[in-house]
Amino acid sequence: MKLPQKKSLLLVWGMLAAAALLPVLSSNDYYLGLGINLSQYVLMATAWAVFSGPTRYVSLASVAFYGIGAYAVAVVGDALPLPVVFLIAVAAGSLLALLVGLATLRLSGTYFVIFTFGLAELVRQLFTWYEVNITKTVGRYIFLEVTPRQIYWELLALLALLFALSWWIQRSRLGLALRVIGEDEMVARHIGIDVTRSKLVLFVVSSAFITLTGAIMAPRWTYIDPAISFNAVISFQVVIMALLGGAGSLFGPVAGAIPLSLLFEFLSARFPNHFSILLGAAFMVIVYFVPNGVAAALSAWWRRRGKAAA
Amino acid sequence: MNSSAPMLRVRGLSRSFGGLRAVDRLDLEVGRGEIVGLLGPNGSGKTTAMNLISGALVPDAGVVEFDGEPVQGLPAFKLARKGMARSFQLVRVPCELSCLENVISGLAFGPRGIWGEAARTRARGHLARVGLADKADVPAGELTYIDQKRLELARALALQPKLLLLDEWLAGLNPTELQEGIALVREIRDSGLSILMVEHVMDAIRALCTRCVVMSAGWVIAQGQTAEVLAHPDVLAAYLGGAAHA
Ligand SMILES: Nc1ncnc2c1ncn2[C@@H]1O[C@H](COP(=O)(O)OP(=O)(O)OP(=O)(O)O)[C@@H](O)[C@H]1O
Ligand SMILES: [Mg+2]
Repeated sequence: MKLPQKKSLLLVWGMLAAAALLPVLSSNDYYLGLGINLSQYVLMATAWAVFSGPTRYVSLASVAFYGIGAYAVAVVGDALPLPVVFLIAVAAGSLLALLVGLATLRLSGTYFVIFTFGLAELVRQLFTWYEVNITKTVGRYIFLEVTPRQIYWELLALLALLFALSWWIQRSRLGLALRVIGEDEMVARHIGIDVTRSKLVLFVVSSAFITLTGAIMAPRWTYIDPAISFNAVISFQVVIMALLGGAGSLFGPVAGAIPLSLLFEFLSARFPNHFSILLGAAFMVIVYFVPNGVAAALSAWWRRRGKAAA
Repeated sequence: MNSSAPMLRVRGLSRSFGGLRAVDRLDLEVGRGEIVGLLGPNGSGKTTAMNLISGALVPDAGVVEFDGEPVQGLPAFKLARKGMARSFQLVRVPCELSCLENVISGLAFGPRGIWGEAARTRARGHLARVGLADKADVPAGELTYIDQKRLELARALALQPKLLLLDEWLAGLNPTELQEGIALVREIRDSGLSILMVEHVMDAIRALCTRCVVMSAGWVIAQGQTAEVLAHPDVLAAYLGGAAHA
């Protein structure tokens, strides 16, 4: 089991390097756009699994953080340098995650799903209310001098950072704590693990990355309003991708996000009116046929093959 | 901490589930370096008492003093860090972790927070102590039930606890394993730990416990020196299924 882990690590670093070269090798805008779309979903699915994989809490709040990232850029983007804007976005997203985590991580998993879904809707409604009643606008324009190439590279850099961080967490004391929590919370408590705090740290880290993804993506939208930035479909897509790939392993979500972003891109272009239905169908098929994700299915197959060869 | 106080002192500890008084005004004490037995028929509230003492459940009323300090209502992880370790009636070991990782998890978050190479070395020591030296890299899920119980004990010892709570740790062993188990528990006591053990196996109780507390339907029906308690008519009646205590 050690070998595939190491190999997949090399494979992913290789893929990241190759992906970074794409805009240099081709000046085709369509491919660059596709690359951006893929990268943002790979990022969000991986970040989602950083928290939900070990804790098995399903969060439907991804889009709340994504949208907050986008709005941070829309609100202060032209007044401040971009790195500062990103820091503000991360601070806002982390703060929300901290508050939500403190309020909910003692709840059981079922309540958590419902709460996070409600949270995303609440945030959307608050933004809508604020824009309509206070700023008297519906949406906002984002005119920033950021090229698609730059966005693409920023996304890849963030992804590299996320992989490095998750890899480090896995090796740390926190990583061991999470594995124990994932298997048996009662044991975790009685050996001195602060279960709530461990979950909270992960939730904040995961949410910060999703917020930053939204912030990086914002200039690409040009125009945003709460219905676009806080569209619940995004949260569902992230969950499906991570589950298809397998939220239990670091690179599982990558394996789910790549094919599904392509599929969703195709479906939303071809069947814009039936997209939600097809999304729901995809969800059911995945949960039914690959309940533990592609990564787990592959590693089971790898083990069987190993046994057969021995 | 306070070396004149007993290691564990419980007063008036109570907990109900709905209308059922699972533990009702429980008093007990465990002295330093002492093994106390907690006995009673099925459903009499022994495991619930262990859960209340170890912080898994919050008591409705009562006082728990651990090493001279009131600790009732504290979360389990804080009690673990203060040096209270436990085993579970139905063995609980994270199955996907190797035996070594299981024991390291007992070292890493305990009072001293041992990690890295030092943790691996010590973990091997704890595995050897319970007879699992050659199973270090085996996933805990692949062990036999008895070996999982041993592993659970090694993990508890890794916390370097002052007090050990054992919930029927000796149940289900064959005669040879039982003798080994009794010797191991005695050795742990001799190394300076205080132990509160829920047990049904009479041989083990006689061999190990200086004193016993007997519960029935949430109540303490007898307590004192082991030989006297075991001869008490109410205890015999409770164990034979009668409700003879008045
Ligand atoms: N979480 C719970 N919710 C409701 N009732 C409970 C709960 N835990 C225990 N009980 C009830 O409390 C009573 C005492 O149970 P407990 O497990 O403490 O008994 P025990 O003495 O450990 O028994 P055994 O020897 O069978 O292990 C039982 O009637 C049990 O059904
Ligand atoms: Mg019990």
